[in-house]
Amino acid sequence: MADTFQLEIVTPEKKLVDTAATEVQIPGKNGYLGILPGHAPLITELAVGEITFHAGAEQQRLAVAWGFAEVLPDKVTILAETAERPAEIDVERARKAKERAEQRLASGDPNVDVERSLDALAKAETRLEVAGSKK
Amino acid sequence: MPNILDIRRRIRSVVNTRQITKAMKVVSAAKLRRAQDRALSARPYALMLTNVLKSLVARAEIYDPETGAPKHPLLAQRVEKNILLIVVTGDKGLAGAFSANITKAASRFLESKAGKNIDIEAIGRKGRDFLRRRYPAALQTRSLVELAESLEAQPDAAERAGVIQITGEHVGVLGKLEFAQSRALAENVIERYRREEIDAVYVVFNEFKSVIAQRLIVEQVLPIEHIGEPAVRLAEEMTEEEKKRAKEAAISAGVGMRASESAGEKAAAEFGTAQVDYIYEQPPEELFRALLPKYVAIQIFRALLESVAAEHAARMTAMDSATSNATDMIDSLTLVMNRARQAKITKEIIEIVSGAAAM
Repeated sequence: MADTFQLEIVTPEKKLVDTAATEVQIPGKNGYLGILPGHAPLITELAVGEITFHAGAEQQRLAVAWGFAEVLPDKVTILAETAERPAEIDVERARKAKERAEQRLASGDPNVDVERSLDALAKAETRLEVAGSKK
Repeated sequence: MPNILDIRRRIRSVVNTRQITKAMKVVSAAKLRRAQDRALSARPYALMLTNVLKSLVARAEIYDPETGAPKHPLLAQRVEKNILLIVVTGDKGLAGAFSANITKAASRFLESKAGKNIDIEAIGRKGRDFLRRRYPAALQTRSLVELAESLEAQPDAAERAGVIQITGEHVGVLGKLEFAQSRALAENVIERYRREEIDAVYVVFNEFKSVIAQRLIVEQVLPIEHIGEPAVRLAEEMTEEEKKRAKEAAISAGVGMRASESAGEKAAAEFGTAQVDYIYEQPPEELFRALLPKYVAIQIFRALLESVAAEHAARMTAMDSATSNATDMIDSLTLVMNRARQAKITKEIIEIVSGAAAM
């Protein structure tokens, strides 16, 4: 069996990654999944989190918000609504978004959309973590 | 007889104008190329999403096996009493009749739905200005940027400002399109649909396949009739004359006529359709529910992307005609000027000759 698979990461704005990879970790909705070549066919929804993949000797990380993945034995395709490389992340914006979401949640205001706030908080935290990993 | 100096001045001014229109044409052509690329690179995602949804329809029980009625609210047809219309125009002028054509189509659509309550979301400054002169704004309007950033729960619909009212004005988002904004609008619209504040959602925009394949269409976004097939309600093709003009402009600006198929498209078409038994991490029904709103968002995003490309194409064509009109004008003014100059010389000779004869 081949020891790599084709990895594609696609967002509505562009095709971000198209490479041969040896391993990928994706944030499935029910928990992180580690995928190696020859995985059984699988379809899953993604949660907010980070994708880590090994292409050649290097390891790359991406922050993703909601997405969707199809796994085939020789190919993994990930549809991500947003996916950012560490260098692309606006740390200042993420930090502000985190603060804002935390304030909103702490305020106890009945008008606050709790689900959206939690979602925003998770996104901001993932971004900060992925961005911080390179420093 | 016209004054030679005046004509010369006019020629100079037309030459200046021509220089400007020529430059604008080149700029629009460059922007058009970029917009086309963006529209193209959004396609694999849209295709993949559509494919997965289609295959899920087969696997999940989307339709009630007994009555055939869809289980998902976004698929359910209701009697149209309240309608939402999204009008996509441009932010800037000097693009020929681009925005005017769209507002005209929107007006015609509004007439065809007369008597029903209609909410309007206006995207683009030109359409917003036109609609605001005719219809009142709702008590709460929000822009796309606010929608994308907001963490507040969506408020209940306020009292109507009129039978036709504007519920959202989105100006200045077309220059830098982000998917997040389309998603925010889609979420907002879906929430209103779910609460039955609206029973159907249409979007009127200029569809753009390539420079010579454009249509002005009204598309039904909600309820979703068939996944993967846009439900076009009204369509206006380009006239032959328009097509010819656009073609000439595109050739002289060096813009490709046909949208090239991106390499990823074929692979995208196969996404999620492999003939294998997938392991579903989540039940198909749940996946389907999660994906449908994204499908609505990508449809709105596509409409915006294509409209932006169409706007640049329209501006390029308009500027190309303006440039050639200016050239014609310079030619005819030069002719008039030469005639005037000749007449003046002839007159002077006659004066000299008759003066000499008199002596």
